[in-house]
Amino acid sequence: MGIRVPFGRRRSGARTESGPGRENTAATASQWRLVLRRFRKHKLAMASAVIVFLFVLVSVFAEFLSPTTPTDYDAEYTFAPPQRLHVVDTSDGFDLGLYVHGYEITRDEDTFEREFAPDESQKIPVGLFVEGEPYEMWGLFPTDRHLIGPKEPGEPMYLLGADRNGRDLLSRIIHGTRVSLSIGLAGVSMAFVLGVVFGGISGYVGGRTDTAIQRLIELLMSIPTIPLWMGLSAAIPNDWGPLQTYFAITVILSLIGWTDLARVVRGRFLSLREEDFVLAARMDGCKAPRVIGRHMLPSFTSHIVASLTLAIPLMILAETALSFLGLGLQPPVVSWGVLLQEAQNIHSIANAPWTLLPGVAVTVAVLVLNFVGDGIRDSADPYR
Amino acid sequence: MRAFVIRRVLYMVPMLFAISLVSFAIIQLPPGSFLTTYVAELSAQGQDVNSAQIQALEERYGLNDPFHVQYMKWISGIVLHGDFGQSFQYQQPVSELIWGRLGLTIALSVITMLVTWLIAFPIGIYTAVRQHSVADYSFTFLGFLGLATPNFLLALIFVWVSYRYFGQTVGGMGSPEYADAAWNLGKVLDVVSNLWIPVLIIGTAGTAVLIRVLRANLLDELRKPYVTTARAKGLPEWRLILKYPVRMAMSPFISTIGWILPTLIGGEVMVSIVLGLETTGPLLMGALQSQDMYLAGAFILILGALTVVGTLLSDLLLAWWDPRIRHAQAEKV
Repeated sequence: MGIRVPFGRRRSGARTESGPGRENTAATASQWRLVLRRFRKHKLAMASAVIVFLFVLVSVFAEFLSPTTPTDYDAEYTFAPPQRLHVVDTSDGFDLGLYVHGYEITRDEDTFEREFAPDESQKIPVGLFVEGEPYEMWGLFPTDRHLIGPKEPGEPMYLLGADRNGRDLLSRIIHGTRVSLSIGLAGVSMAFVLGVVFGGISGYVGGRTDTAIQRLIELLMSIPTIPLWMGLSAAIPNDWGPLQTYFAITVILSLIGWTDLARVVRGRFLSLREEDFVLAARMDGCKAPRVIGRHMLPSFTSHIVASLTLAIPLMILAETALSFLGLGLQPPVVSWGVLLQEAQNIHSIANAPWTLLPGVAVTVAVLVLNFVGDGIRDSADPYR
Repeated sequence: MRAFVIRRVLYMVPMLFAISLVSFAIIQLPPGSFLTTYVAELSAQGQDVNSAQIQALEERYGLNDPFHVQYMKWISGIVLHGDFGQSFQYQQPVSELIWGRLGLTIALSVITMLVTWLIAFPIGIYTAVRQHSVADYSFTFLGFLGLATPNFLLALIFVWVSYRYFGQTVGGMGSPEYADAAWNLGKVLDVVSNLWIPVLIIGTAGTAVLIRVLRANLLDELRKPYVTTARAKGLPEWRLILKYPVRMAMSPFISTIGWILPTLIGGEVMVSIVLGLETTGPLLMGALQSQDMYLAGAFILILGALTVVGTLLSDLLLAWWDPRIRHAQAEKV
């Protein structure tokens, strides 16, 4: 092992990282500024971060952004296909203004199934900031303003189609964003606490405690996750309310999700334990909590943030899988996985392939979160 | 090497014990016992349940005993007689129900594993050697997409495409004309021709991970001086790459079997439910829904045990492949 000179390495690393003119700023910049500077150079991660931000916006303002409420139904428009949103009407001159065509509903004479076709003659004007279904913003302020919707309330507008009960899929996906993203975040926060506590103890104390915790992690990792998740979530009593189920699912997801994080934290602790600045802190008479919280943790927070970001998509995927099977969140709660339950049988997929659209939301969200996580991980160590 | 194998096999025992505890805990988790569900079901069907019968059942499963006594009864039944308890939903011993399905799950997982390797190996090498090429970028993008798409969604999309464009409804593992036929060459070929679809769907995420791992490892190796030395000595490029850096980069590749197997089995369960394959997936699902907990517990136990055995095999394979690991382990003993 060579001699470790963390501070010397820091300065020289920072110098090579930046141009000659920025030498001083780089040397004195805080660690977070350096991480951010590196992250900005990562184009894919930056673009993904923007999309993640949009997802967050959507989930925060879900009620306002969706054309109607997720529970508003109209049996007339069961499995109505998506409409095209027209911006300009050229049928009669040039007329600027949003509109969609209505539906022409016919009944198949053999199968008695209803068939939808766009009715070109019928024009449903669509407006921004229109009055629609009443709702309570964040459960606090009662209002009925929606970002987009038919100018005449009650007119059919299904930009992404309708589901089995004639509910607007777009509104449901928007509301599902809130639940799916938040369950990812909640699960990760819980996994974060477990991971840092167990990983920290494991790495800092070492010895037998370390071995015991490592065995526990290996055990959790060796059980096939999906069957285990299924088994645990099947044990959730049916009579639990939505909030209780939500909480229980979060706990189940984090029970297994913390292991990766604990490994990262432990590895960092093991390598930092021998560093001179930790020894110095200990010689100064710092107690363990202070050594950990004040001296060790700050030097790898960026790594933790990276692992956490990469854990969110895994949680989202797990929740989607469980809810899809009917073992996770239950309707009337709307999450992407719950929405995909609609697409479970061949009948709905064949007649209404747009019921698969929540899956697109899942894929995009997971993809961009992965890119952002990778970006943070690559820039997590600005002194390298 | 022998000491290492023995150590590794012994190490498996506490692991298996822990997994059996977890499985049994899952059996015990649902509120009430399966007996209450059973009695409720019987009375719902209009049959009267006499208390002697209930008592006999309670006796048999030791439902009034504390946790560890019940666990001992359960596990000793499995270890000594291969008795996994009774499935109350099917009114059959669990062991009669599971083995055929488990066989298919194992077959499907192993085949998927092999296919995953077959696909990931050449692509991983190619994308590392031709870094920043068009093929590299497209495969990297595809890999990310494969990682991000839940495999049950892939299965659903596949169901839709095959219905929409080929007019077929997918489901099951064989064509209907072979459904009742005994196993012969025709049926085997038929199953194989239907099997490649679930295999590809289950394998997507694993393949994507393996390509990334192999590519990253190989990129590290390719920059090392020994590669330059070999090149300077005039070895043909492809032989050089296959002979030295690829061999070095393979080690983590082999060790991934251990942690990719749980994912594969999980994916297999999900995809089988969607595609209606007669593997463990749908049966486990049904068992969990109707709280047929002995059946569900048996599945979780066996799938967990299989994963532990798979990890053991991958560790042994790794020790055989990589002398450094073998010697490091031998020194410890």
